[in-house]
Amino acid sequence: MSAPTPTHSRLLRPLGVGAAALCLTLVATACGDGGSASADGADLDGQALEIVGPWAGDEQKAFEQVLALFEEQTGASVSYSGAGDDLQTVLQTRIQGGDEPDVALIPQAGLIEHFAEEGALVPLSDEVSQVLDDNMAGAWTEIGSVDGTAYGVYLKVANKSLVWYNDDLFAETGAAPPQTWEEFVGLSEDLADVGIPPLSIAGADGWVLTDWFENVYLQTAGPEMYDQLAAHEIPWTDPSVEVALETLAEVWGQEQLMLGGGNGSLQTDFPTSVVNVYSDDPDAAMVVGADFIGGVVTASTNAAVGDTAQVFPFPHVGGEGEAVVVAGDAAVAMTDGEATMELLRFLATEEAAREWAAIGGFVSPNRNLTADDYADPVLGQVAEQIVLAGDSVRFDLSDLQPAAFGATVGDGMWQTLQDFLADPSDVEGTMERLEDEAARAHGE
Amino acid sequence: MTAPRETPAWRRLFGPATLFLLPALLFLGVFLAYPALYSVVRSLFDASGSQFVGLGNYTRMFTDDRTLVAIRNTGIWVLVAPALVTGLGLVFAVLTERVRWATAFRVLLFMPMAISLFASGIIFRLVYDENPDRGVVNAAVVTVHDVFASPSEYPGARPRGDELAEDTALGGFTTTRAYTVGETAALPLVGIRPGEMPEQAAPAAVPDAAEGTIEGVVWLDIALGGEAGTVDDGENGMPRMTIEALRDGQVAATTTSGDDGRFTLTGLGAGEYEIHLTADNFTEPFRGLTWLGPTLVTPVIISSWVWIMTGFAITFIAAGLAAIPRDALEAARVDGATEWQVFRKITIPLLGPLLLVVFVTLMINVLKIFDLVFVIAPGSVQADASVVALRMWQVSFGAGGNQGLGSALVVLLLVLVLPIMYFNIRRFRRERS
Repeated sequence: MSAPTPTHSRLLRPLGVGAAALCLTLVATACGDGGSASADGADLDGQALEIVGPWAGDEQKAFEQVLALFEEQTGASVSYSGAGDDLQTVLQTRIQGGDEPDVALIPQAGLIEHFAEEGALVPLSDEVSQVLDDNMAGAWTEIGSVDGTAYGVYLKVANKSLVWYNDDLFAETGAAPPQTWEEFVGLSEDLADVGIPPLSIAGADGWVLTDWFENVYLQTAGPEMYDQLAAHEIPWTDPSVEVALETLAEVWGQEQLMLGGGNGSLQTDFPTSVVNVYSDDPDAAMVVGADFIGGVVTASTNAAVGDTAQVFPFPHVGGEGEAVVVAGDAAVAMTDGEATMELLRFLATEEAAREWAAIGGFVSPNRNLTADDYADPVLGQVAEQIVLAGDSVRFDLSDLQPAAFGATVGDGMWQTLQDFLADPSDVEGTMERLEDEAARAHGE
Repeated sequence: MTAPRETPAWRRLFGPATLFLLPALLFLGVFLAYPALYSVVRSLFDASGSQFVGLGNYTRMFTDDRTLVAIRNTGIWVLVAPALVTGLGLVFAVLTERVRWATAFRVLLFMPMAISLFASGIIFRLVYDENPDRGVVNAAVVTVHDVFASPSEYPGARPRGDELAEDTALGGFTTTRAYTVGETAALPLVGIRPGEMPEQAAPAAVPDAAEGTIEGVVWLDIALGGEAGTVDDGENGMPRMTIEALRDGQVAATTTSGDDGRFTLTGLGAGEYEIHLTADNFTEPFRGLTWLGPTLVTPVIISSWVWIMTGFAITFIAAGLAAIPRDALEAARVDGATEWQVFRKITIPLLGPLLLVVFVTLMINVLKIFDLVFVIAPGSVQADASVVALRMWQVSFGAGGNQGLGSALVVLLLVLVLPIMYFNIRRFRRERS
């Protein structure tokens, strides 16, 4: 595993020296400025950087526009290639072949750990960390860190603590977005009373249910317990898990609150659950999920985001403050060099974030951006919620688990929560099964 | 003349024959023998591949619930699917044999084979969708059902407050208190969208008490800003509701509510009565079956595989039929055999070896079935529909990459295929001799 790394750094060294020499002779002043967190970066004329990431299509176009800004400022040329869903395989193969890209965008926090342990990642320089601290809550540096060493820069993130609702149906019934869990349950019951199934739940896709659980757990147990559960330092039989499951059962246990009841939900996949709420003849009023539901609404229905399709933050449970479950793609360095670090520094700045925010389809954790910076007001609202949560943002718990437990169809958390949706009275058994499977997946 | 010189041993070993065989051997070795052997070796190591665990993976395989379900399902597949397809193939081949448009029919039946299993899977996922608006099977089932039993007027309606409670004995809802003649009853219900009320529904009105009868009203108690349990402006009565007066569980009177939700129960003597809203007012509309639920999913997937593979069986069997000597059939017919007897006693025995080939091929095909199950089963029932090949993929690649356990499952598949292979080889040998 470690063999390719020395070879690579040997290859790189002359390049680094060359760049330094160039700095000294030609544009000494610009290089000096590169050390500060100013907007215009170092002079990297003629340097070529390569980025591999999961984005394609519109996202790729927008990202390339952001990169163009960097190229303009520094003179470096950056090429981006999308690896889609095969990102892990692509990166793994390239690392083994000693041909790693300079920067990789990694969608799972667990994968950062995996690559860091292999020695494939270069830690962020102090300067980049400083820019991160200036621009986003410390929690983001922590999410991108492995054992206290910072590796990742979060540029584009997802807010998973949202409830999307059909504003037409809300207007028809006089319903208003709820703040607390009690209000949320009450509103759901009221909607059921007037014959509108309140919630559409995609139980066929296990990750939808883990998102529900994570939101409720983060709210009921708090961020510290959330971290401990994510690391499996406390067992899944912990009383805090019981509280979360019982809270969930307040909704999952009432057949009339879910379109099709529990069993109907288990047959519903994610795109269908969104269409159920936003079709021309909607069957349900709300769907819980991340900001990317907006994309599904635009692609598969006639409803307009910001008009019929609106969001409110996942309701507060038990008086805890703002807390948001997030996901996101972290930019990590795979080669050691001034240009690589300069690029990461740039991605951490509000300038890069503002550029993409203006294009749309983007949510940044950058606290220096306001809702007005976003092309899409709904996403502005979504981003604001993340910034407001500050250090109480937590990465999607199931994505932090070994895949066998956190991300496998018919196994682990997904299947166990699906079984729980089918029988929400079985809190005890659900906890025991979760603990069994977690222990096995964590190799205990 | 000299005696032919003895070929040296090395020439015999590396002679032209061996040289010509070498590329093939190399390919077989690298791409078949080595991976197969390595899988066996790999199955004896743990997930990381560094720790020897002996038969640990095999013990785990046979004690893990989800793997056992997969093994059971593969068993069902092997027992049911190949026999069904061979049988259907035989029937269709014989039936289409003497039809004028035989080729057209066979092309039609063979067409599913031209679609990839993955695409067929997506089609069948839609065909069996639970929602009758999407799934064609449930749409048909619901249409047929509704011809015989019309849907009720107020599905999903529920009582508001504690005036009414669910009646566990009779179904529907019964009042929690008793009424005597001359009293009035106001029975609020919720759970119906105002827009879905019958057209003739008129604003509800509380009736006046009358001598000798129980007067009452059933209405939809959901006006915005209205008070729960009282008839407010804009709240409509629920027409055509069947209402009964009960005395000791016996029906004493029956009536139907009017457009404004009012009803009158007449012909009652003195004493206390409970008012019962019958269950057929509230029957949920029939929505078809949950085809892709845990119980039906395997038969459903097998049915789609049958749809795909029958064409394959027909093609082979039809070719075999064409090769049967006509005179044997003619002779039997001349001797007075019925068509059924000809089929049973002549056609099938003559086709025997071919049917076996088809059957065995299908069996091997079924053992490695993967894509159909993967695509058709919704995520929540994938564990219930799982088969060995799918479980193998999940264990080794999908779920955290335990390729040790995955290899053990592959070896299990290999072991299951071996008897079929052995049987095939023996048959080839017999045919050659």
